[in-house]
Amino acid sequence: MSASGPRLQPTLFELSKTGRGGDKVPHPPRDALDRLPPEQRRVQPAALPEVNEPEAVRHFVNLSQLNHAVDTGFYPLGSCTMKWNPKVNEWAARQPGFAQLHPMAPDAVAQGTLQLLWELEQMLIEISGMRAVTLQPAAGAHGELTGILMVRAYHASRGDTGRTEVLVPDSAHGTNPATATMAGLRTVSIKAAADGGIDLDAFQAALGPQTAAIMITNPSTMGLFESRVGELLDAVHAAGALAYMDGANLNAILGRFKPGEAGFDVMHINTHKTFSTPHGGGGPGAGPVAVGEKLEPFLPAPRVVREDGGTFRLERVGERPTSIGRMRSFVGSTGVLVRAYAYLRTHGASGLAEITDDAVLAANYLKDRLADSGLYDIPFPGVCKHEFIASATSIKRKTGVRTLDIAKRLLDHGFHAPTVYFPLTVDEAMLIEPTETESVETLDAFADALIAIAREAEVDPEIVKTAPHTAPVRRLDEAGAARNPNLRWRAAVGDWTPCPD
Amino acid sequence: MAYGPHTPADREQMLAALGMDSVDDLFADIPERLRSSPLRLDPPEPEQLLMNRLAGLAGRNRVDLASFLGAGAYRHFSPPLVDQILLRGEWYTAYTPYQPEVSQGTLQSIYEYESLIAELLGLDVVSASHYDGAAATAEGALMTCRATQRGRVLVSRGVHPHYRDVLRTYFHGAGLHIEEIPLVGEGPTAGTTDLAELERRLGDTEHPVAGVVVAQPNFFGLLEPMADASNLAHAAGAQLVAVVEPVSLAVLAPPGAYGADIAAGEGQALGIPPQYGGPYLGILACTDPLVRQIPGRLVGMTTDVDGKRAYVMTLQAREQHIRREKAASNICTNQTLLALAASLWLAALGPHGLRDVAALGAARAAELEAALASVGVARVHAGAYLNEFAVRVPDAASVHNELLGRGVLAGLVLADAVPDEPGLADALLVCTTEVTTGDDIATFARELGAVLAESGAAAKAGQPVGARA
Amino acid sequence: MVPSDLRYTKDHEWVRVEGETATIGVTDFAAGQLGDVVFVDLPVVGRSVDQFATFGVVESVKAVSDLYAPVSGEVVDVNGNLATKPELVNSDPFGEGWMIRVEIGDAAQLGELLDAAAYEKLTAEA
Repeated sequence: MSASGPRLQPTLFELSKTGRGGDKVPHPPRDALDRLPPEQRRVQPAALPEVNEPEAVRHFVNLSQLNHAVDTGFYPLGSCTMKWNPKVNEWAARQPGFAQLHPMAPDAVAQGTLQLLWELEQMLIEISGMRAVTLQPAAGAHGELTGILMVRAYHASRGDTGRTEVLVPDSAHGTNPATATMAGLRTVSIKAAADGGIDLDAFQAALGPQTAAIMITNPSTMGLFESRVGELLDAVHAAGALAYMDGANLNAILGRFKPGEAGFDVMHINTHKTFSTPHGGGGPGAGPVAVGEKLEPFLPAPRVVREDGGTFRLERVGERPTSIGRMRSFVGSTGVLVRAYAYLRTHGASGLAEITDDAVLAANYLKDRLADSGLYDIPFPGVCKHEFIASATSIKRKTGVRTLDIAKRLLDHGFHAPTVYFPLTVDEAMLIEPTETESVETLDAFADALIAIAREAEVDPEIVKTAPHTAPVRRLDEAGAARNPNLRWRAAVGDWTPCPD
Repeated sequence: MAYGPHTPADREQMLAALGMDSVDDLFADIPERLRSSPLRLDPPEPEQLLMNRLAGLAGRNRVDLASFLGAGAYRHFSPPLVDQILLRGEWYTAYTPYQPEVSQGTLQSIYEYESLIAELLGLDVVSASHYDGAAATAEGALMTCRATQRGRVLVSRGVHPHYRDVLRTYFHGAGLHIEEIPLVGEGPTAGTTDLAELERRLGDTEHPVAGVVVAQPNFFGLLEPMADASNLAHAAGAQLVAVVEPVSLAVLAPPGAYGADIAAGEGQALGIPPQYGGPYLGILACTDPLVRQIPGRLVGMTTDVDGKRAYVMTLQAREQHIRREKAASNICTNQTLLALAASLWLAALGPHGLRDVAALGAARAAELEAALASVGVARVHAGAYLNEFAVRVPDAASVHNELLGRGVLAGLVLADAVPDEPGLADALLVCTTEVTTGDDIATFARELGAVLAESGAAAKAGQPVGARA
Repeated sequence: MVPSDLRYTKDHEWVRVEGETATIGVTDFAAGQLGDVVFVDLPVVGRSVDQFATFGVVESVKAVSDLYAPVSGEVVDVNGNLATKPELVNSDPFGEGWMIRVEIGDAAQLGELLDAAAYEKLTAEA
């Protein structure tokens, strides 16, 4: 937050004044558009705002200062891996050779990027323990869809067309069941066992000739390593189904567990979680998908191919007929992948192993500090991986203060809130993920804040229930926003300026 | 570890607090049989050496060519303020605005993006962003199926081949039917959607059509009869998905004006560098009645408890984190930072600057057409275009390759991109924008003329034209 | 206290029977669990609904719930006010927040529903 306090802004449209701005590009000749058929031309100009450069810059700088960000403070958002976003990665993606390269440029003029992509694939193959990687998917959910479509194509290629179900634990991210639907498959939700892990019996009962795949997040959304996953994979493969691993929590297992070695057939990787590519206020990300040999023929097209002479090229149109096809235009979100590549090179084998060790150490340290306080419930008190669940059930019972209130009060302490009310299977859940790039001092300060809020709830619950008090705005009328949606600024009639010609 | 804060003493302190001797104790829950082999990767690379490596790789790409390549990704001038604002950590290191009280910057920027794009499109509802133009088009086509409860979509072959590929992938997955409408083969409307064929397919009442997907301008740069396509679709109870190029909307009729129900498109041209394919900006928008069918995040204006104007993600019950298997889409992470880039670019240029950009591209294209004609190279199609068009070049692939060696990226070899499209075996798709210079155009025409003259001589002598690299 | 003259489902819908017609809504307990209702998606008049099958959807800010028909029958009326005032489901769930009216197909189905006492017991345990 800005030292001079929050600076709420009028909209860009309200700053507009006819005649402001301009002179960024040359003026076209007067007859530039004469050849356009009149019926194809725009009659009423778009009422876009007219602002000059100083106003535009102040508007967006002031707006930026209303945000909490990794660059401004601790962001323990569970399952999002809000780790440090290295500055050298931003420099890398902006190198003109990378940034200005056209996506349809001939292979001969794109060798630098093609080599980078190919090397990145090799690194992700090693990390995942899989056989091949596609870098095409634009986000984790996009990777999920890619993976499940490949699963479908695999079964279809064997004439095994009766497999219409995907088994998903009830603690899964909502993207998993939504992905199954998009891939034309039915979701069967499986309840977790009492220890928070996979209920092997329940899975075995649900597995059958109708099962296309299981989708497992490991470590789970409760921050627990699925210790029975080996037995589950055996059962899945015995049933002729395939196993998808949601790699959202890969940060907890680098160098300790390779999904491909363990027997998973396909997984996605969120570069914006594990490999530090910035979250961008909601995106972009990238969701490379790694596969074992069964699914390799079905990878999206085009793949990057390394020729014998050490040059690189993209597959040609129609070169690999077994492919599921394209998932998006062009090659992929290369600008994101350049950042992930830089991050992987920076860390190397030993650095990646340390990332996981430190992320898991930080989560366990924080979990124990909260457990020791006796104020928060810790539903799974054993060793966690990179994140853990705390719950405000006891606090709610005693004081009426809920997880949502605690989350809002944390904002007053200068911290972002954890992920709240997820997974859906735990009452008053807070999913806390500190990541490896936060110091022990920050972890202690965060634990102290949570403890202070829990104590405050006992003496002055109202101040917690009405938090935040120091953020740029207080709690919002979300019901009103949904009942009468205002999704765009509507310029008043006459706000637009006629074109000079 | 490069960005880690822990000293050895810090780690010891934390382990001691946990009552553990080694960090390995924290991984005792991984069964022996599942533990992995060590990572076989290179050792860590110091920042200085990493920068050398990356600069070396970037330097192996050729971005100094006189380029006439468009085909769905366009080079435009970007005022320096755009990237300087994008580099503020408050923007790019934040995440999805789950806590609106400390995310008003991101939320307001998305609302402004929605408003700017709504103005450009002439539509009411704009999603906070999708992955790219192709994914947005696929989502738009799926919307028509939900809205009409029909399962058949017609897509013009004038839509970008990558987008049609993605439509096929998505529709095959969802168990829905997609079919292509051919282009007119000859005459003044050659290269545009065959409306007679569209009408015939729409008339198959046994298999009612949910949506019709047409691009404006189309992949070959031609202007399509959008109003006619819209009328035909609506007469059959189907919806129109207009695939649009946002810069062109400064001068071309917007989707709202010809009755499109849904608009999709690639927002990369709005200030986002080409960067070999992404991250880009999928634009997806619709009319008000379809608001509950649109997938992806939406931000609305509201108030806080003190009555202050504020912004929040809204209508979230459409989305996967609430509706799970019944959600409109599985999309979660989107392209928010790219939406901000587009807003910054539009704010920097303003309405007149945007119009200048579109008109300058058109003016340069007219210059290019004349320059190419002067060396005997003519357009393939007769219809109107804005800033991209196809030209007939004998032995196009070889000529394209030869020109590369002479510093000219002569657009796209259409036979490579759309090998199954009839009549384009010897054609290049070329494009200009406001960054195309008169020198670029002169160089292209001169070198093309020279290559054709040489190959003409070579052809007479029975020699192959410039070998492929 | 829930109205004693209504019948209830385990999924928290209520039904008021007047002659051949059943008026259907959700209980105050359901409305409370959902939070601020922002949207109600209801069938059109003339459509048939089946007992215990979904007939619509109710959305709050951060939750969504299917609506289950307490009885089978043809929809003869829909509460159009909910389109602009979904908050009626919260403010007056048993009155102005009603959702649909159906012409009862099989009165015997009413026997499969809970009475007020049984429903209160159910919600007390929840």
